[in-house]
Amino acid sequence: MKFTKFVIVCLTVLMFAAVSFAGTLEDVKAKGYIQVGVNGSVFGFGKADDKGVWKGLDVDCARALSVAVFGSPDKLKFTPLTAKTRFTALQSGEIDVLFRNCTQTLSRDSALGLDFCVVNYYDGQGFLINKKLGVKSAKELDGATVCVLPGTTTELNVADYFRTNGMKMNPVVIENTAELNKAFFAGRCDCLTSDASQLAGQRAVAPNPADYMILPEIISKEPLAPAVRHGDNKWKDIVNYSVLTLINAEEFGITSKNVDKMLKSTNPKIKRFLGVTKGNGKALGLDEDFAYKIIKMVGNYGEIFERNVGVNTQLGIERGLNALWTDGGLMYSPPFK
Amino acid sequence: MNKAKINNNSEDISFWYDPDKRSILYQIGSACLFAFVAWYLVSNTMANLERQSIATGFGFLNNEAAFEIGESLIEYSAADRYARALSVGFLNTLLVSFIGVILTVILGTFIGVARLSKNWLINKCAAIYIELFQDIPVLLQLFFWYAFFYEMLPSPRDALSPVKGLFLCNRGLIFGIPQSHPVYKYMAIAVIIAVIVIFFLKKWAKKRQDFTGKAFPVFFTSIFLLIGFPFICWLFGGTPTDMNIPVLKGFNFKGGLTISPEFAALLLGLVLYTAAFVAEVVRAGIQSVNRGQTEAAKAVGLKSGQVLNLIILPQALRVIIPPLTSQMLNLTKNSSLAVAIGYPDFVSVAGTAINQTGQAIEGVMLIMVVYLIFSLSTSAFMNWYNTKMALVER
Repeated sequence: MKFTKFVIVCLTVLMFAAVSFAGTLEDVKAKGYIQVGVNGSVFGFGKADDKGVWKGLDVDCARALSVAVFGSPDKLKFTPLTAKTRFTALQSGEIDVLFRNCTQTLSRDSALGLDFCVVNYYDGQGFLINKKLGVKSAKELDGATVCVLPGTTTELNVADYFRTNGMKMNPVVIENTAELNKAFFAGRCDCLTSDASQLAGQRAVAPNPADYMILPEIISKEPLAPAVRHGDNKWKDIVNYSVLTLINAEEFGITSKNVDKMLKSTNPKIKRFLGVTKGNGKALGLDEDFAYKIIKMVGNYGEIFERNVGVNTQLGIERGLNALWTDGGLMYSPPFK
Repeated sequence: MNKAKINNNSEDISFWYDPDKRSILYQIGSACLFAFVAWYLVSNTMANLERQSIATGFGFLNNEAAFEIGESLIEYSAADRYARALSVGFLNTLLVSFIGVILTVILGTFIGVARLSKNWLINKCAAIYIELFQDIPVLLQLFFWYAFFYEMLPSPRDALSPVKGLFLCNRGLIFGIPQSHPVYKYMAIAVIIAVIVIFFLKKWAKKRQDFTGKAFPVFFTSIFLLIGFPFICWLFGGTPTDMNIPVLKGFNFKGGLTISPEFAALLLGLVLYTAAFVAEVVRAGIQSVNRGQTEAAKAVGLKSGQVLNLIILPQALRVIIPPLTSQMLNLTKNSSLAVAIGYPDFVSVAGTAINQTGQAIEGVMLIMVVYLIFSLSTSAFMNWYNTKMALVER
């Protein structure tokens, strides 16, 4: 009896181990939803609001992907991940795509077995500091206690920055973003370091936002991009072009409000883009009108930006590097043809 | 005789119904199955890692770590290798577990004895302590103590200084230590020599008592030796009195020794939590000794200290040691919760290394090996102690 049980257990283990990854697109279609890794605690990028609805720039990009695959923005299940667990979750197949303000780096792209898609936010690392300390520049931070999240490029950048400038630092490393912020605002650290966009978010929810300032130095390049598993090119294409659709739409001046009117446009580029002239959808293995649906249901990149992190939100972030290339930013989409 | 009989009869038992052969067959079968499952899991993992082009192997240990660690017992900077960063984490875990275990045993014994006190107030206080700390999850207690330290204490610029050279602020407890001097090394050696002398003194005293019946005051002599030896060393070493006093410079105190809020919160949380369990273990151990034993000991004229040392403790320890060992192991393993409150223990450092290199399998293997080493060495020591304490029948 015991032996039979043992055999059954062994076979179950084997069966689970034997589930090899087919293409992610097929897997996702078969189960009927996309499992998305998100941040879970960064306001403006990926956080559930008080009604439990997920909001943020990363979340909206994931919704665009959901529209592209299923024609509906809600076929998503979110997995909040810490900086430490995010890559393992993707590597192991627990999630299908990672939209978690994740910096693209060489080692992550290669040795981690990930592939980064198109950048959906250009960021840089800064320092948030209490005005009481009277520090005006990051160069004055010698000997400071620095609150930092573990397992991030931030952790390396800040060590590099202090080393380059011949300064000493004393890191306090706490895994949970909320706990880390609490410790910082209670004065455990002199400064909090993270991507500037996140610092803006953290300042916005501080007990007294006016007491804190972000130092002028931006010490790193942080191209934040969604990531997929290495080697699944078809899935990567779909993630890429879902995000690019948002950027391209803004460039064409197509918004969620005027997209229906734009269907009647005579511009051949727009006709091709919105799927009036067929071809793009078939090439990606999606519906021909995927771009139309994305813009209709989610909006274009500019709309997403303004709604989640723009100047009229609590975060009040300028477009800066994230403006279209035509406006002096870095947002650029290859042609949809 | 019996065995031979069965063997003789085995000719007419068919192969499948012979219990000996059958059990061998089962053993071989399960060994094969185990080997197959292990082989399958390993090869499947390797193939998948290969296919996703994830780096493998322990080569990363030689790469530059490039991240800073908050507190360290050895010299460490971001320019050191991963191997050194991991040793820093290892030593931090060792430090908190070692001090934690000692404090837990002391506090646990104290509360366990208090729980048996005839004084109603002491008894009830101990009971409340045990119930309270046993029933709250240890992670919550850690969060509580950590928040307590950083919320309640002032910033370094307004640090509390109850005694000269001692500061209390949200950067930790910072106090002056003697300026480093070669004589301190010799004082440490003197302590070790004192311990060795005491060991032989105790043997000699026991022998003398066995022969002559005269007791020797080993306890007081020991204390005298432990203090006296290093003190003589200090006198002859030139009586250095220079202190390394911390001073506020820029953001933080420089010099002296710092006990960080993370370390203090972790140690306090683990000790208070585990001591509640140890207290119950100690109480159970003492109660397991029959009351008649005490009465008999008193009847033959032993003093109350001797009753405890010679009669009750040796018997109680037999009951206490095995569950005490598992509480010690629990404390060591729970110390991995450090990552939640920012103390750089092994799991925290290894976690960062995993994330920077992406080599989760190797990292997790290292974590498992390290905790296995901690646990096995603790058990080995406690098992040795247990055998020493076990009932020796004469």
